Amino acid sequence: MLRYSLKRLASAVPTLFLLITVAFFLIRIAPGGPFDSERALPAEIEANLAAKYHLDEPLVMQYGRYIWQIVRLDFGPSFHYLDWTVNDLIIQGAPVSFTLGILALIMALVVGIPIGVWAAWRQNRPSDYTVMGVAMIGISIPNFVLAPLLILLFAITLGWLPAGGWEYSFSRMVLPVITLALPMIAYVARITRGSMIEVLHSSFIRTARAKGLPEKEVLINHALKPALLPVISYLGPAAAAILTGSVVVERIFTIPGIGSYFVQGALNRDYTLVMGVVILYGILIIVFNFLVDLLYAWLDPRIRYDDLESES
Amino acid sequence: MYYHGCRHLVQSDVQGFSKQSDGVPSDPRSARAMKVWAIMVLAMLLAACQPHDEVDEPSKPRLPVPVNVEFDPEGRPLPEVLASEQTLHRGNGEEPQTLDPHLAEGVPTANILRDLFEGLTTTAPDGRIVPGAAIHWDISRDGLTYTFYLDPAGTWSNGEPVTADDFVWSWRRVVDPNTAAAYGRMLAPVVNAEQIFSGELPPEELGVTALNESTFQVRLDDPTPYFLGLLTHPTTYPVHRESFETHGSAHVRPGNLISNGAYVLTDWQVRSRIELARNLHFRDADNVIIERVIYYPFEDENTEFNRFRAGDLQWTYQVPSSQFRWLERNLDEALMVAPWFGTYFFSFNLTREPFRDNLELRRALNLAIDREIITERVSQFGEIPTFNLIPPGLPDYEPPKPEYAEWTQEEREEEARRLYRQAGYSESDPLTVELRYNTSENHRKIAVAVAAMWKQTLGVRTRLVNEEFRVFLQNRAQRRVTQVFRAGWIGDYQDAFTFLELFHSGHGRNDAGYNNPRYDRLLEQIASERIPALRRNLMREAERMLLADQVILPTFIYVSKRLVDPRLKGWEENIMDYHLTRYMYLVRERGVEPEERTDEVDDEGGETGDGRRETDEQAGLRPINAFPVVFRLPSSVSPAIRRIATPC
Amino acid sequence: MSEATRDAFEQAMDRRVIRGRSLYVDAWHRLLKNKAAVAALVVLAIMIIMVIVGPMLSDWDHEIPDWDHYSTPPSLETGHLFGTDALGRDLFVRTMIGGQISLLVGLVATLVSLVIGISYGAVAGYFGGRVDNIMMRFVDGIYAMPFMFFVIVLMVIFGRNIFLIFVAIGAVNWLDMARIVRGQTLSLKNKDFVEAARACGATEMQIIRRHIVPNLLGVVIVYVTLTIPQVILVESFLSFLGLGVQEPLTSWGALVNEGAQELETAPWSLLFPASFLALTLFAFNFLGDGLRDALDPKDRF
Repeated sequence: MLRYSLKRLASAVPTLFLLITVAFFLIRIAPGGPFDSERALPAEIEANLAAKYHLDEPLVMQYGRYIWQIVRLDFGPSFHYLDWTVNDLIIQGAPVSFTLGILALIMALVVGIPIGVWAAWRQNRPSDYTVMGVAMIGISIPNFVLAPLLILLFAITLGWLPAGGWEYSFSRMVLPVITLALPMIAYVARITRGSMIEVLHSSFIRTARAKGLPEKEVLINHALKPALLPVISYLGPAAAAILTGSVVVERIFTIPGIGSYFVQGALNRDYTLVMGVVILYGILIIVFNFLVDLLYAWLDPRIRYDDLESES
Repeated sequence: MYYHGCRHLVQSDVQGFSKQSDGVPSDPRSARAMKVWAIMVLAMLLAACQPHDEVDEPSKPRLPVPVNVEFDPEGRPLPEVLASEQTLHRGNGEEPQTLDPHLAEGVPTANILRDLFEGLTTTAPDGRIVPGAAIHWDISRDGLTYTFYLDPAGTWSNGEPVTADDFVWSWRRVVDPNTAAAYGRMLAPVVNAEQIFSGELPPEELGVTALNESTFQVRLDDPTPYFLGLLTHPTTYPVHRESFETHGSAHVRPGNLISNGAYVLTDWQVRSRIELARNLHFRDADNVIIERVIYYPFEDENTEFNRFRAGDLQWTYQVPSSQFRWLERNLDEALMVAPWFGTYFFSFNLTREPFRDNLELRRALNLAIDREIITERVSQFGEIPTFNLIPPGLPDYEPPKPEYAEWTQEEREEEARRLYRQAGYSESDPLTVELRYNTSENHRKIAVAVAAMWKQTLGVRTRLVNEEFRVFLQNRAQRRVTQVFRAGWIGDYQDAFTFLELFHSGHGRNDAGYNNPRYDRLLEQIASERIPALRRNLMREAERMLLADQVILPTFIYVSKRLVDPRLKGWEENIMDYHLTRYMYLVRERGVEPEERTDEVDDEGGETGDGRRETDEQAGLRPINAFPVVFRLPSSVSPAIRRIATPC
Repeated sequence: MSEATRDAFEQAMDRRVIRGRSLYVDAWHRLLKNKAAVAALVVLAIMIIMVIVGPMLSDWDHEIPDWDHYSTPPSLETGHLFGTDALGRDLFVRTMIGGQISLLVGLVATLVSLVIGISYGAVAGYFGGRVDNIMMRFVDGIYAMPFMFFVIVLMVIFGRNIFLIFVAIGAVNWLDMARIVRGQTLSLKNKDFVEAARACGATEMQIIRRHIVPNLLGVVIVYVTLTIPQVILVESFLSFLGLGVQEPLTSWGALVNEGAQELETAPWSLLFPASFLALTLFAFNFLGDGLRDALDPKDRF
């Protein structure tokens, strides 16, 4: 177990390095720079700015400088929010996104799994179609349509919930969490349904039924655990994505998370900020995939660590 | 939340839903189950937005109705009309890039900085330039030397006096190329500023001197009639030297920032809120009524609009551009629209085909646009159609109208077709042109309309190119791929020159590539002209030249537009769209009794209410942070109000 | 050819035909039992015909505004069946044109990702060992990159050419496909029929092309039907950011985004495009699920 973990850790380094390299050069290729504005700056001042942020150096040197910074866990100053460093911004924004993400994750599992199980049990009957239809709202209507509709209904018309803004309170989180969770509910329900159908056709379930066990017990105690394995492997990358926020939800509900930085950082050419969130995302992906593998091995006795090792 | 109830919406929800759902049970075919289901969901979701035009009159969204404001003999509102809580929630466009006044750019940031800091001059509610940190000033006979006498009451928020040295140091910092001030050029008229920008002279050579503790002298290269107006701009504000030297770039964070304006920074949550509280040390603190201002950044105008409707905001930065008709019908009392000091125009790239040396073609495209349609049906908010670069409304400048401005649109289109043919194009051999704009709903609509008008009137084939902002700016500046592109300009200071200088051949934003030595010479003459009447004539001459050369395609004069809670008073529309919170106040809602003053600490616990000029030591002793609940301090009500109220 | 041999041959042919088809015929029968999937197929067929034929039937043009009727509700009198947008352009025609673009984006981007994903995954899985290791490490690296960041930067770099949108989305979306195909290939390559082919002297490439790829068909069909709706959503997200297709062309995503801005003032401008978009996405998703149930490929994603 320990040996396996160390090996995974070691293999994460080149992955992360590749990620940083690709992202670094990709964002630099994009035309325009961080200090372009509709008001022209005198050439000397532009040169000074470039020098201050080392933008005048050859790209390879900037790259080396950046890697050295990262090694020291310093993401540098933001090129757009001049009063803040990238570390400041991520420390301010990440807890917000994490909170919403975790709640959305829980909601997706709590709603998505029962829907999937139910749909599998009633496969190809109207109730299957109905619950799967409900589950699929999130991937059939764009969230930038759903979010304003939710606001219009619950905040403006009914006045039950605030129209946006952020603080750590239940009422402010309800609508953003729902909006974030909806697409995930669809995926969780669909994966659960698919694997559940497969499990329900397998021999040990037939045996269990033949023994006359109540259907409920068959479903929950025997079928559910193996059926959840694919859900878990889906959750790895999905959790990383949902924890790092969503630009749509943040913009429509004015939430100061880090999701917008992926887009705004790229559009503002805020090189350091966008690199910071990209690296954070990469680390989360690697960590969650690792956790998924561990969980998998724990849930599925057929897999042992040697298998994992030989595969990776 | 005070006017969330749009009852009519609830009613139409029910109608909308039942209308749609009637059909559902009657469709038994289960093969259609999914389709029916999908329609049901959509119907449910969209029910909230069924058209409700017909039914809405009796139940418009309820806006609070303010009581009538009465004033005391000194022109201050009587305390009994004021609301008990003087906290202003202001929506404010995008998150500021920085609150360092010397580095800042953008209107949202300037709004906050005008509350935090004060320049030598400032603006009255109506936009007039009035004394600020300088109580009065002398201008030498040749117009080249300004001597400012600082208000002796002027203090920083830590209680230190604002001195002439503060201004000397701050202005040197602005022109220092190492500072890289975004708007450093605002100080270009000052002696040696240009040489310091380019690094030929050290910042110490700037033409500013502290004659004594409270007298600040500025020497200019040319008489600059708008110079006093420049001094309202954040770039000219003083920055607290010691704080900057101690904290470096973190000097503008809450706790570090020391400012000289009506408010101090108390909290800053990036992309969430910026909170200011009344500065007890402000020189005119006695007349500031709003206790707290909270600025909320918004990336999306619809979001801000929803927050206003939910009662979370009393002032918005903008309004959704497509909602005019709805707003006019439903929120008329809150919708504030006024002409602004800016022009929306398109620009031709004069350095490339097809517009290089082709005046007829440029003029044809200009005349083919029906500005009335654009302002009435596309931009919709009462923007003013224009054929000029410079907006009307300046006290000493009347834009020269070109003759075609007086024609009917039919006559203009007739002439456009004639010129188009003259330029060598026709139905069978049409012009193909690229129209560039940066990503934005409004730009998109206007560009589509313009392209359609060119097509309908002249048969021009327009390819619309929507570019992401930075790419757009770079392409404009390089002048390699651009043909016609969106431009627009909001004046930086109240003078026609802020527009005219854009087209100097050496100007950094002359993306049209206009290069006319006569025009350049005219600009230089304007800069050195001392007599107002002559200067005005020269400026008119310059604008006429620019229009005759058809460098740009003016479309309309911008309007400032926002939603304002009817209880917010003390502000006026003005052409610069500057609205300082220190003049504003919230009045009571009609029918709501003034609240009994309660002896409770407000939730921030920042103000004690009494001891208005208390020393820092006293402030430091307040046990608020340690025991926020146990120690109740007197009064959450504004000290200003209580002071006025004492006679009772 | 003698009678007997011909019989034998025909029998063999029959058997081959039957055996070769049976997997898919069975799947087809299973699919027909799934009413939602059948309905989805019908909806999609109607949708495709509509968006192609629709604009031809209308008197209106998708780019010329009708200045007398801007932002008007659906009406038979004005002839604007779905109403007009804020600029007076006919929403029926624009919804149909938008549908063409959205479906095209979905299809082409999916095909691009399919081609890259299948070839990459098949090669990695087939060669295995070090090649596989390096290739999959690369996939891991890209996988750790946020998809949206990648798409946005590509959009900014390549400008707004609509074909580049397809390619950009496809070029980022192939990772899943590559992983699935690699897994399948790993398990296929040691099967007897591959050994047999190798023994007959087939080259590596021939084996990949003739034996591995066709056996992946089931996975691929399911993947395609589930990826198209994802891509359509990605395009609509780009429209939300203002980075979508260029005017005067449009897409469902762009129309829905415009409609969402005016959902109270002009609900029809949201209702129609959103219904078409949602219906199509529902249909693709139900069809995909149905196909997966029917084909029952082992690898679920």
